[in-house]
Amino acid sequence: MGWMSQWLFSSVGRKWVMAVTGLFLCTFLVVHLSGNLLTLIPDEGKTFNAFAHFMSHNWIIRFLEVVLFSGFLLHIIQGLVLMVRNRKSRPVRYAVHAAAPSVSWSSLNMGLLGTLLLVFLVVHVGDFFVESRFTPEKLGTDAQGYVNLYAEVVHSFSSLPYTLFYVLAMVALGFHLWHGFQSAFRSLGLMHSRYTPAVIWTGKVYTVVITAGFLFIPLYWYFMQL
Amino acid sequence: MRLTLKVWRQKNSQDKGRFEVYHLNDLDEHASFLEMFDVLNEQLIREGKDPVAFDHDCREGICGMCSMVINGRPHGPLTHNTTCQLHLRHFRDGETITVEPWRASAFPVIKDLVVDRSAFDRIIAAGGFISVNTGQAVEANSILVPKENADQAMNAAVCIGCGACVAACKNASAMLFVAAKVSHLSLLPQGEPERYRRVKNMVAQMDKEGFGACTNTNACEAACPKGISVTHIARLNREYLKATFLQEE
Amino acid sequence: MKLDAKIPAGDLETKWTRYRSTVPLVSPANKRKLDVIVVGSGLAGASAAASLAELGYRVKVFCFQDSPRRAHSIAAQGGINAAKNYRNDGDSVYRLFYDTIKGGDYRSREANVYRLAEVSTNIIDQCVAQGVPFAREYGGLLANRSFGGTQVERTFYARGQTGQQLLLGAYQALQRQVGLGQAHVLARHEMLELVVRDGRAVGIIARDLVTGRLERHSAHAVVLATGGYGNVFYLSTNAMGCNVTAIWKAYKKGAAFGNPCFTQIHPTCLPQHGSYQSKLTLMSESLRNDGRVWVPKAKGDKRKPADIPESERDYFLERKYPAFGNLVPRDIASRAAKEVCDEGRGVGQTGLAVYLDFSDAIRRLGRSVIEARYGNLFEMYEKITGDNPYETPMMIYPAVHYTMGGLWVDYQLSTTIQGLYAIGECNFSDHGANRLGASALMQGLADGYFILPYTIGEYLSGLIRSGVVPTTYGEFDEAEREVAARIERLLSIKGGHSVDHFHRELGKVMWDHCGMARSRESLEHAGRQVAALREAFWHDVRVPGTAHELNPELEKAGRVADFLELASLIVQDALHREESCGGHFRTEYQTEDGEALRRDDAFMYVAAYTYAGPDAPAVLHKEPLQYEVVKPAQRSYK
Repeated sequence: MGWMSQWLFSSVGRKWVMAVTGLFLCTFLVVHLSGNLLTLIPDEGKTFNAFAHFMSHNWIIRFLEVVLFSGFLLHIIQGLVLMVRNRKSRPVRYAVHAAAPSVSWSSLNMGLLGTLLLVFLVVHVGDFFVESRFTPEKLGTDAQGYVNLYAEVVHSFSSLPYTLFYVLAMVALGFHLWHGFQSAFRSLGLMHSRYTPAVIWTGKVYTVVITAGFLFIPLYWYFMQL
Repeated sequence: MRLTLKVWRQKNSQDKGRFEVYHLNDLDEHASFLEMFDVLNEQLIREGKDPVAFDHDCREGICGMCSMVINGRPHGPLTHNTTCQLHLRHFRDGETITVEPWRASAFPVIKDLVVDRSAFDRIIAAGGFISVNTGQAVEANSILVPKENADQAMNAAVCIGCGACVAACKNASAMLFVAAKVSHLSLLPQGEPERYRRVKNMVAQMDKEGFGACTNTNACEAACPKGISVTHIARLNREYLKATFLQEE
Repeated sequence: MKLDAKIPAGDLETKWTRYRSTVPLVSPANKRKLDVIVVGSGLAGASAAASLAELGYRVKVFCFQDSPRRAHSIAAQGGINAAKNYRNDGDSVYRLFYDTIKGGDYRSREANVYRLAEVSTNIIDQCVAQGVPFAREYGGLLANRSFGGTQVERTFYARGQTGQQLLLGAYQALQRQVGLGQAHVLARHEMLELVVRDGRAVGIIARDLVTGRLERHSAHAVVLATGGYGNVFYLSTNAMGCNVTAIWKAYKKGAAFGNPCFTQIHPTCLPQHGSYQSKLTLMSESLRNDGRVWVPKAKGDKRKPADIPESERDYFLERKYPAFGNLVPRDIASRAAKEVCDEGRGVGQTGLAVYLDFSDAIRRLGRSVIEARYGNLFEMYEKITGDNPYETPMMIYPAVHYTMGGLWVDYQLSTTIQGLYAIGECNFSDHGANRLGASALMQGLADGYFILPYTIGEYLSGLIRSGVVPTTYGEFDEAEREVAARIERLLSIKGGHSVDHFHRELGKVMWDHCGMARSRESLEHAGRQVAALREAFWHDVRVPGTAHELNPELEKAGRVADFLELASLIVQDALHREESCGGHFRTEYQTEDGEALRRDDAFMYVAAYTYAGPDAPAVLHKEPLQYEVVKPAQRSYK
């Protein structure tokens, strides 16, 4: 197994891990957003709560959840390790910074954006996931007898500070994805004049759609409850 | 023209270092950036002060020795350029210019603007070659190389080893330098037998030297005097993956 | 002293083969016990060091730059010649040999040049195997182009960066040996003295340029590969650090110096513009393949080039040399450019420039073809001058580029000191009085890869029982003391002028009076001026800092001090050679139409000088040149 640690602990291998987990998390975001959009169906949360129930009781999903958590964990740990190591590579900083025009702001701040997202993640998981999974009695049930996560979501976004925090985090997510999506392909060695333009284009569309979607929900609920 | 220079001065590797400010008058806008330093040094010598040490040799943009971060950009504000071929006409009269050495833990400062780049030599020694002793070669035209491959290999091989990629990268990563050599040699049939050993050994040495990892910011490509493309970094990643899973034991 | 070139007997074609088959060998087990020092890491040094290390010798390589890859071979643009005859245009080893002899104006050794032409083909094989990305045809085969002084296409190239690619090939081969522990590179080290014991080279004194410490390094043989001394002219196409110091120390320790006055002026360089200028930039000779050189017919014509009609332009190279046109050898093209400028027909602000015009070629081939051929050169031109050569003709002027002279070596590349070898540009060897384009790379690599590794064995085979050479010999003590004393002296003068000041002055004297055209009067003047300047230097130079740190001014001071001595030797040689040949043009010796007048009856020899003390003129020794195969004739490119 020496070859595997040699690979995974090399700078190239670490980036491979970041790319694979990053792209995996991108697929998760699609599922997550699809679920969230169900709150917009005007049925007092029937569909959404049913979906939440399905997600927390189906055994395949429960298994994938473990994979998802591992993905998050790997992405976060590896990201933090890289951030620390990369900073150590330049102990004395430059007095004057000037990035070339072709260098995107996102790409220079992936560590910062990632850290912001980590903070968000801790709060977010604590708020919705932990409550609905481990103390569902606090949330009450809806007419179908499912845990009423819908009410909790709607209620959360009646608070301005909470909504702003959420919005800020989603903007950070947008910048993170803006660079991360296409960067992942390069870390995997996938770059060619034939398909890279398509990758970049897809990444941008994906980022805009996902970010816009995640931004729309809190703003919608906040303004609905004014 | 007149310029004010804010130059990093550091007596030796132990010294903490600091900026010093110099004023230069009567500069010719057609003089090169290094010729301006010649003028500065003559001035300092006349004043009985210690001249600024800086690396330079060919002054025609090919030896890769010159190395200054000028207003936050390695080799200055132009693209596809080296410090020695940067001319004062690209600055405004009266401008203040900050000049710093390459900054990376793998490139320790020796004095003033001079840094130690021997890490690059060690990376090449670890695998940046094709093992062929003198006399072992076959007839040159018995090796066919598609023109496209030769051109691509040349695009990578033009690297001058100056280290601007490292200086520009927020992680002080040497990926573009390493990738250029890996790419150059793996694109040619002559490099085929050692392609897996090469990429693994070079990356291992790169990590050992303390260079950072690649965040794909493209800062290296923008700073590279020879405009070497980041596509070579993708090729390195590919080669490394292949080496990990396809190399025969 | 008798100069014995040790040329093997027999036919020209078989000399080298026979030599190789009969030269004494060193067994692999014994090679491991032998140390070789290589000073310089350019094409010759790196290739020799790599090849010697591959053979099993223990090799130490010294270079003053921060990495062996920086050596100035890296700047060679155009290409490398080899008699492959891939173009089926009638090339052969003999023809390359003949072109080189003729190009050198019949002042080189037949046997050496033939060997050079012979191994030229191996060089291409070796470099391709190393992964040098030479230009290719669509079929995957190697491409060629033509160069000055030849009528065949035998030049191999890698865009405009052939020297870089060849050097990186040699550098990588060397680094491979470093990785294997067979070679050691001491970068940022400068050789400051040669150590000689009982007439044999046994080591060097080197200064660690970072710490300033003087170090002793011993070896069974010392190989100098330190390049040319063109920087004696201050402004040249050489790198800033190029210097004569290593070979000058060898000369002062007894090695003969061959043909010091043979310096090459390259016709296609960027013209000079200001007093602060530190170097001149070469534009590859390959540009003359498609560029046409011209000046206005009328004196003082200040119109823009585009406004000067065809009928009022003088394409002087095509007019004077219809057979070779713009591709005449360098010395001839340079002198022709100087002539038209002296007539007052030069262009540009200073009047010291001629046009190199691509408009015809762009019309004929299209911009994209020209871009593919010379794109990077055009870019470089624009970067430096701010002019776009696709739209307006380039302006060029000759500049010092290469020195054919150097340490005298015999057929085995051995100097007159036993165990001291000189390879590449720093020996006087194969180019006679003028080097053809794309031949420097060929010679450097021929010496390093294919010649020295054989010939050095002959000497080393006699030393297999000697054991490690101790650095405790009295000669090491003495050499180190001398070096330290000289450094001390340089630092203690604390005069009023910088090192560069003296270097610039020296360059001006040499260029004006010992440059493209020389006369008895100008040379005698130069001699006096150089002596006065040397005197002034040792009284008035100011070297700041100390000896125990990185001190670039101190490094320069040592080099300029040596240039100041070398300049006198160049002048002495130029004065003595009362003829015009190749790069050496004495105005007193020219034909009626202004061509060089060679005097084979009196000067068909190599002038080799030995040191005779600080105040005495050097002692001249003559090695007669015998032409057994080629019949010397007046060079004609008409």
